[in-house]
Amino acid sequence: MGEVSRFWRESVHRYRLVAHKCGNCQRTYFPPRDVCPICHRESVGKMKEVEMSGKGVIESFTIVHEVPSPFVRQRPYILAIVKLDEGPSLTAQIVDADPGEVEIGKRVSAVFRKIAQQGTAGIIQYGYKFVLD
Amino acid sequence: MSDVYIVGAGETKFGELWERSLRELAVEAGLRAIENAGVYSRDVQVLYGSNSLAGIINGQENIGALLSDFSGIAENNIPAIRIEASTASGGAAVRQAYLAVKSGEYDLVMVGGVEKMTDVFGTELIDLTSSVLDREWEAFFGATPAALAAITARKYMTDFNVEKDALAMMSVNDHANASKNPDAQYKNKITLEQALNSVAVAEPLNMMDCSPVSDGAAAVLVASENYVKRHKLEGIKILSSANAQDYLALHSRKSLYTLDSAKVASRKALEGAKIKIGDVSFAEIHDSYSIYGLMELEDLGFVEKGKAKELVYEDIKLNGRIPINPSGGLKAKGNPLGATGVGQFVEAYRQLKGKAGERQVKDSRYAMLHNMGGTGSMSVVHIVGGE
Repeated sequence: MGEVSRFWRESVHRYRLVAHKCGNCQRTYFPPRDVCPICHRESVGKMKEVEMSGKGVIESFTIVHEVPSPFVRQRPYILAIVKLDEGPSLTAQIVDADPGEVEIGKRVSAVFRKIAQQGTAGIIQYGYKFVLD
Repeated sequence: MSDVYIVGAGETKFGELWERSLRELAVEAGLRAIENAGVYSRDVQVLYGSNSLAGIINGQENIGALLSDFSGIAENNIPAIRIEASTASGGAAVRQAYLAVKSGEYDLVMVGGVEKMTDVFGTELIDLTSSVLDREWEAFFGATPAALAAITARKYMTDFNVEKDALAMMSVNDHANASKNPDAQYKNKITLEQALNSVAVAEPLNMMDCSPVSDGAAAVLVASENYVKRHKLEGIKILSSANAQDYLALHSRKSLYTLDSAKVASRKALEGAKIKIGDVSFAEIHDSYSIYGLMELEDLGFVEKGKAKELVYEDIKLNGRIPINPSGGLKAKGNPLGATGVGQFVEAYRQLKGKAGERQVKDSRYAMLHNMGGTGSMSVVHIVGGE
């Protein structure tokens, strides 16, 4: 799964946390989606790109020991669901923190980091991770 | 519309079956079901093959054709279609059979579920099984099925003040029941201490909270009322079948620990069968991770949200108030993804016919079967029995 276009096409959303806001109900969605699940056809053509602040709160987290192949060199890592101040939640790693410091409810901020690498000669993928405030 | 019956059931042993191939496992289960029903394979009018990951694990797609070919019915030009609904493929395939018979189009349908997981192992297999998640927005960032179950577990334990013991008891119960199931992957009983002290997979979950890597296949024959009468078969009735969806990604759902798909599907299934949750004699539930077992007890309707801990120490035992996973469940019978949901029907069929041996649930009348996709993106719930 090393095709460049698969990663390149999402880079704007992953590098700058660009979400979609429904022009009908004003709800914000991340990852971006072309149809608002609340407004359905009323939202078509009205989903606008908005850049999020990258600020949020840890909803819950885990420390992953049994990891998938692209993440072997990061084992163990902290994975969380973060609720962003703009509304949506996302799944991301918490970095630059000891597991003991991480707690549900703590505030975090997005940082731009390397995510994984497709084998030894494959492309390097970048995106967001989070650090404790 | 015709009533719908299961008239035969069979499965392979579940486990790490290094010497057996995908097709061998599927054919063995199918033949056992045919033999059990006492029908001929040429009478089968359509085959639904359920499978989750053969495309990426075994490099084999076109599963319908493969199963049809090697079970010998391609010779008769009987249609065969793969049903894929992630880890709910098995339940979804039986539901397709139910609908096909209900519609009047077919009188005898074969459902065969199979998964051959041990052709890939280690971190590579974890990456492949993570494809049941949202690849671009969950797995891309390091999420795995176990990691997301762990995130759910931590939030659940925090909000409802639940200790890790309560989760571990699901696995203790599964192992106790599997010790009485000859088809189970693990026949060893485990203690609460062993469950709590196994190695960490994704904190707070450890190895004994997680269903294993399994090979296996299961098959059932689904027939119309006419067919049952004509051939003087004794079937078990599928009273209702329901299916509901939720968002693919856990982070998009309303709650990290409420399975809306299970809530909706179980309510519809109970309504369809015209019974109450209190009428259910036993349930097979999709406890791929121990935390899901607790959440399912709540969302299927057995107990209020946050209170599954009141059931897991006694009530869910084989001789308890509401026996859960008499087969040994996903943790100990095993979890060969595409076969898992069909295997639940094999267990229900044996139980309701009174042929479950040492693990027989006494006076069982109605079984609830819950098969779930991904981290809860789909639930399929069936009620069987009643005669």
